[in-house]
Amino acid sequence: MREVAVVSFAQSTSVRNNAVQNEVEILMPVIQKAVADSGIPSKEIGFTCSGSADYLAGQPFAFVYGLEAIGAWPPVRESHVEADGAWALYEAWVLLQEGEIDSALVYGFGKSSPGQVRDVLTRQLDPYYLAPLWPDAISLAALQARALLESTDHTEREMAEVAARSRRDAKTNPNAQVTGDFDAEQILSDPYIVSPLRKHDCAPISDGAAAVVLAAGDLARKVSKRPAWIRGIDHRIEPHYPGVRDLTRSPSTRKAAEAAGALQSEIDVAELYAPFTSQELILRDALGLAKPNGTKINPSGGALAANPIMAAGLIRIGEAATRISNGEANRALAHATSGPCLQQNLICVLEGE
Amino acid sequence: MERTAIVGIGQTKHDTAREDLSIAGLVREAATRALDDANMGWADIEAVVVGKAPDMFEGVMMPELYLADALGAVGKPLLRVHTAGSVGGSTAVVAAHHVASGLYERVLTVAFEKQSESNAMWALAPKIPFQPTLVAGAGGYFAPHIREYIRRAKAPDHIGIEVAVKDRVNGMRNPYAHLRIPDISFEKVAESPMLWDPIRFLECCPSSDGACAMVLTSERYAATGKNPAAWVRGTAVRSEPLGMAGRDEVNPCAGRDCAADVYAQAGITDPRGQIDLAEVYVPFSWFEPMWLENLGFADEGTGWQLTDKGVTALDGDLPINPSGGVLSSNPIGASGMLRFAEAAMQVRGQAGEHQVDGAHLALGHAYGGGSQFFAMWIVSSERP
Amino acid sequence: MSDPVEIIQTPIRLEYNYTPGVARSRFLNGLAEGRILGERCERCHKVYVGGGSGACARDGIPMTEVVELPHVGTVTTFCVVNVPFAGSTVEIPYTTAAILLDGADIPLTALLQEVPAADVRMGMRVEAVWAPEDERGPTSDSIRYWRPTGEPDAPIDDVLKRMRADA
Repeated sequence: MREVAVVSFAQSTSVRNNAVQNEVEILMPVIQKAVADSGIPSKEIGFTCSGSADYLAGQPFAFVYGLEAIGAWPPVRESHVEADGAWALYEAWVLLQEGEIDSALVYGFGKSSPGQVRDVLTRQLDPYYLAPLWPDAISLAALQARALLESTDHTEREMAEVAARSRRDAKTNPNAQVTGDFDAEQILSDPYIVSPLRKHDCAPISDGAAAVVLAAGDLARKVSKRPAWIRGIDHRIEPHYPGVRDLTRSPSTRKAAEAAGALQSEIDVAELYAPFTSQELILRDALGLAKPNGTKINPSGGALAANPIMAAGLIRIGEAATRISNGEANRALAHATSGPCLQQNLICVLEGE
Repeated sequence: MERTAIVGIGQTKHDTAREDLSIAGLVREAATRALDDANMGWADIEAVVVGKAPDMFEGVMMPELYLADALGAVGKPLLRVHTAGSVGGSTAVVAAHHVASGLYERVLTVAFEKQSESNAMWALAPKIPFQPTLVAGAGGYFAPHIREYIRRAKAPDHIGIEVAVKDRVNGMRNPYAHLRIPDISFEKVAESPMLWDPIRFLECCPSSDGACAMVLTSERYAATGKNPAAWVRGTAVRSEPLGMAGRDEVNPCAGRDCAADVYAQAGITDPRGQIDLAEVYVPFSWFEPMWLENLGFADEGTGWQLTDKGVTALDGDLPINPSGGVLSSNPIGASGMLRFAEAAMQVRGQAGEHQVDGAHLALGHAYGGGSQFFAMWIVSSERP
Repeated sequence: MSDPVEIIQTPIRLEYNYTPGVARSRFLNGLAEGRILGERCERCHKVYVGGGSGACARDGIPMTEVVELPHVGTVTTFCVVNVPFAGSTVEIPYTTAAILLDGADIPLTALLQEVPAADVRMGMRVEAVWAPEDERGPTSDSIRYWRPTGEPDAPIDDVLKRMRADA
């Protein structure tokens, strides 16, 4: 396996509703910063790959405009996935394994504010049997949370503690949207929005963008004092129908983690893409992090602090990489998810040299 | 880089509306044919790479999530590529990289569109606030550039009609083709309504439901299939921005650069002489001469002469779109992969009635967006 | 038991708020005032108009130098449309044209009127026909359409050569 590292990462500050800028205007400074910080001249980057979703933007070919933000001239090797930027990173990583190019720019972007996200996401469901029922994203997550509470030892208090921890840790994240000191008691006294989920159990709605530059082997060592090496990366998908799955577990997360070599030794930092507190508990169970011990979970605040859909998974990789690069951690795990109730999951293992 | 072989190919019968199948049924029709051709079962596949165009065509957001079960992808990596109209091609390129990288040995790739489910003309260009909508359909976008080609090349008016006839004649020899026009003729096309001058109705692609699938493998599995393997000799993609001052949409730089890259990989220095045939994305007739030039088969301004002289006919020296091309079937998300697959079928001797004799080296080409996204591959009957 | 269900209609309604963005807003607000505003890239010096994304697509940087453009230009290419589309109020056949405004480096696409389709040519000089002042707003409809100025045609080869010049 060819050595590939994250050598830079940039993100926008997530906001509830950027009513002034379009997606390209949000994306441009993020890409410029990631490229500038990478130490690799823009025209020398070997490949570009992005992640976004037409239905989020409410228009077809939404990603095409993203290309205006990168200065794609002379023409560039470029691709796009209709998924979170974390999967765009996977595509770039695969290409880097071949050895023909040495660097890649990866970005993810999206405004969740234009539509009603919880309804837009119902369009991800089977169009014949599920989508016509319009089971919104929060209700589906609530179904999953209910199953979790009823069939495991997990409690609403644990969920509230995840929320409190996330918002508190987010205070040191300049790009976070929802931060503050909330305590579990306060949270538990709030009403449900969809039982058993309360407002604090849910990620905010965010507009934002993120970009990462990957570099291979010697190039990474040349441009970065402490590259965050990708030691393993893998992704898996589960059956689509919530009724067919055990929603309280995440076997695809487990399988991806095993394939990526995540479970072989201690993790210092785990950035998990959990838009719902209940989902963080499920992911941690799958990863053997139910009792975190020495592992810091979501020091960025995670998706509960900022959830720019289509960039949030890439941000987990960027945040984990940053903690390697700045010496806070030696071994980190980043996770991304897609689809209803954690249907598809990606795990990336990062290490310092 | 690992050698990559194509050992299974399948496609659906393309049609205006495949009302006999759900979206899952459509992809499975193609995928099961590809697996059967490859002598493989679902369990043999290690990763699945899916491609399709905007989700508004079916009204399903990220339909690969819904299709995970239908595509045998449960427990496996599943990736969805979307690069506008070139997506079928770029999906095949991504799948090829999955094998060439050494990471996977048996990859299923599927591209599809079931555009009868929604409204294709709307989905291509819905009315978005603050953006003027002036023309309906892709033809309205491309017609002005075609006009500029005709002016530059001083091409006679009838060239487009010749392409339209040729591709439908070829389509009659392709059992999967959507459009079957047995009485297609020069007069029939010339007399069809002018839609976006100079594009007539019969010079346009249809709107189709359809899917295409291929099984790509490492060298270790290349002999598995029912037919001899086709070998990938080169893959390339290039993109240029849509609204950039100085772009040439008639002979796009991204297309020329993409072709140069894939030819270099495949050791092609004389495309016209070395390549036996090409499956090229021609959704409106005039794109044939335009792409012949963009791909280096003809000098600038002379592409139309190859068409005019019959060079690009099935029995010509450089057959273009022996399958009938996009003018015969256009499930948008699949069309690019159909070009790539048909090129591979040719070098495997698998193209039946539209087989080009002695086909050993073929080009598959796809483009998308405002002539800004390009994906190409070169396939051969010879192992590299 | 009735016949098996083979097809279902599932209407989908989703509402979205669109943000044109800073550059497009500037263009549209300019139209409301009867002005055509573009921007120049500080790196490649090309002048863009039509209110795209606000990025110079060649350099990937935002363009902040605002340039006011005249309301005349040259038809660089066109097509005659015979296909109606949902919501259209324009009679068919109609002509749409790519119009390179004097001073701009990228054409904008617009409707041509007051000229028979058969008379439209590449190189034709055209001018904007505005909606009455009290009917203008931040919308492309502030310019109703474009019509020939009557000037002699611009030399199309030169116009196109300049338009396609690399930075």
